[in-house]
Amino acid sequence: MLTFILRRIGQSALVLLIVGLVAFAMFRFVGDPVDNMLGQERTLEDVERLKEQLGLDRPFPVQYFKFLEEAVQGNFGVSYRQGREVSEILLERAPATLELAAVSAIFAILLGIALGVYTAIRRDGFIANFIMSTSLIGVSLPTFLIGILLIYLFSVELNWLPSFGRGDVVDLGGWTTGLLTASGLKSLVLPSITLGLYQMTLIMRLVRSEMLEVLRQDYIRFARARGLSDRVIHFRHALKNTMVPVVTIIGLQLGAIIAFAIITETVFQWPGMGLLFINAIQFVDIPVMAAYLMLISVMFVGINLLVDILYAFIDPRLRVAGK
Amino acid sequence: MSDLSEIETPSRLRRMLDSDLFYAFRRSPVAMVSTLVALLLILSAVFAPLVATTNPFDPASLNLMNGFTPPMEPNAFTGESFLLGTDDQGRDVYSTILYGMRISLFVGVTAVLFAMVLGIVLGLLAGYVGGWTDTIIMRAADVQLTFPSILVAMLIFGIAKGITPIEYRDQMAIWVLILAIGLSDWVQFARVVRGATMVEKGKDYVAAAHLIGRPSLSIMLRHILPNVLSPVLVIATISLALAIIAEATLSFLGVGAPPTQPSLGTLIRIGQQFLFSGEWWILFFPACTLLVLALSVNLLGDWLRDALNPRLK
Repeated sequence: MLTFILRRIGQSALVLLIVGLVAFAMFRFVGDPVDNMLGQERTLEDVERLKEQLGLDRPFPVQYFKFLEEAVQGNFGVSYRQGREVSEILLERAPATLELAAVSAIFAILLGIALGVYTAIRRDGFIANFIMSTSLIGVSLPTFLIGILLIYLFSVELNWLPSFGRGDVVDLGGWTTGLLTASGLKSLVLPSITLGLYQMTLIMRLVRSEMLEVLRQDYIRFARARGLSDRVIHFRHALKNTMVPVVTIIGLQLGAIIAFAIITETVFQWPGMGLLFINAIQFVDIPVMAAYLMLISVMFVGINLLVDILYAFIDPRLRVAGK
Repeated sequence: MSDLSEIETPSRLRRMLDSDLFYAFRRSPVAMVSTLVALLLILSAVFAPLVATTNPFDPASLNLMNGFTPPMEPNAFTGESFLLGTDDQGRDVYSTILYGMRISLFVGVTAVLFAMVLGIVLGLLAGYVGGWTDTIIMRAADVQLTFPSILVAMLIFGIAKGITPIEYRDQMAIWVLILAIGLSDWVQFARVVRGATMVEKGKDYVAAAHLIGRPSLSIMLRHILPNVLSPVLVIATISLALAIIAEATLSFLGVGAPPTQPSLGTLIRIGQQFLFSGEWWILFFPACTLLVLALSVNLLGDWLRDALNPRLK
C-alpha cells in the first residue's frame, strides 16, 4: 500500500517536472523575454541588467531550477500585456473560476445521479427513454453551442437571466463571491448548466448502466424476497454499490470541468482564469500562459493522485498488487 | 506475381460488395443515412466554387447594401434575395457556409491524417521494439492523456503562434491549427496500434518473415501494419468528428482560423455578435451545418466500431 502510494507520488512529481520544463522552455524560447519586457525604448544597460536579473546569462539547467524554485513560491514573473505580477492576476481571477466549477460539479453530480437512478429503475418508461435519447444529443453538441443556445433562449427570447459577466460580487477579504447576491446567483445559472451538462450526462449514463448491472444480481433478488421496500433496495442496496466507479469518474471529471471552463468563460465573458488564458494565447502573453499551465497541471495531477489513492483504499485488490 | 495481381484486380469491387462490412452497411439505415449526409456535405464543400452562388471572399462580388438580408426575403434596398440571408457585410450566408465547411473539413481531415501517421509510427515502434523505446513513448502518452486534448491543442497553438513571426501569423494559422489538433490527438492511435502490434508480433507469420531475413522496418510496415488497420480506421472516423468540433471550438474562441479564412467556428463566432440584435440566421445556419456534419461523421464512426467488432457479431 505504502509502496503504491509512494510510486504514484513519484510519478506525479515527474509529470510536474516535465510540465515545468515545457512551461520554462515556453518562457525562455518563445519570443525574446527581454524584448517583450522592455519594449521599444531601452538602453544597452537596461538589457544587461534585466538579463542578469532574469538569470539569462547562466547555463540552462541552472535557469530551469531557478524557474522551478520561483514557481513553487508562486512567482511567475510579470505579464507582458498587463505589466502586473502574474500571480496577482491569477489570484484575482481564481475565485470566479473555482465558484463556477464547484457549482457546475454539484449540478452535474446531483442531477446526474438522480436521473441515472430514475432511468435505471423505470427502464422502459416513456420519460426514461426520452431522457436517454435527449442525452445523446446533449453529448454531441459542442459546449460553446450549448452556451449560445441557452443565451438565445433565456437571455434574448425570455429575458430571464443575464448573458454575460458575474453580476454583483461581494469581497470577502480577497475572495470575491457571487454566491451572496441575487444578480450573482442569477449570473451563475446559465454558465454552470453549460459547463456541467456534459459531465451530468456522463454521470447519468454511468449510474444507469451500473445500476442495471447491480439490480440483476442475486443479493437484490434476495432483498426483494425478504420483502424490503423498493426504496430501501434501490437506494440502500443498489445505489451504494454503484458508487465506486461513479466516484472515480467524478474525481477525474473535476479536472475536465476546470479545463472546459475556458470555453464556457469565453462564451459568457466570465472573468475567470480560463478567459485570462484565452486572452493570453491571443496576445502571446507567455508568462500568463506558463503560469496557467503550471497551476492547472498541479490541479490535474493532484486530482488524479487523490483518486488513485482513494481507489486503493476502497478496492482491496489494489492494495495487494501494490505490495 | 504480376499474373496473380491482374486476376485479382477486376474482382476488387465485387469483393468489396460481397464483404461482411458491406452487408452490415446495407442492413443499417443509420449508417446509410449518415454516410449519405456526410458525403453530401463533403462533396458540396469540395466543389464549393461550383455549388456556391458567389465567392464570399471576392470583394468585387460584395455589396454592402445587401447586409443583414433575412433568408428568402428581398433586400429592402437592392431587392436581391438570398436563400439563407446575408451577414453584416452582405456576404451570402449559404456561400460562406460552403467555403467555411471547406476549411473546417480540410483542417479536420489533415489533422486526423497527421495524428494517424504519427500515432501509427510511434505505436508500431513502441509495440515492436519494446524496451526503453516503449517506455518513453507510452510515458509521454500518459502525460499527455492527463490533460484534455482541447487544452493541449490550445497550448500548442499558443506556442506555435509565439514562434511564427507576426507578418506570417495569419497565413500560417491554418497549419498551426492542424499541427495543434494533430499533436493533441495521436495518443489514441499509438495506444491501439501498440496493443495490436504486440499481439501480432507473437504470431507465426511474423516469426516466418523474420526467419527469411526481412528487415524489421519491412516487417512492421508490410506485415504487421495491414493487420492492425481496422481499429485505426474506427478511431480515425471518430477522431474526425472530434477534430471538426475541436477546430470549431478553437476558431470560436478566437485561437484558430483567421478572419481571412473563416471556418464554421469562425462563422459562429461572427454570428454570435448579432444574436442580440435579432439577426439569428447568421449564427443559426453555420451552427446547424456544424452539428449535422459532426453528428453524421460521429454516427458513422459508432456504426463502424460495432460492425468491425468481432465480439458483437
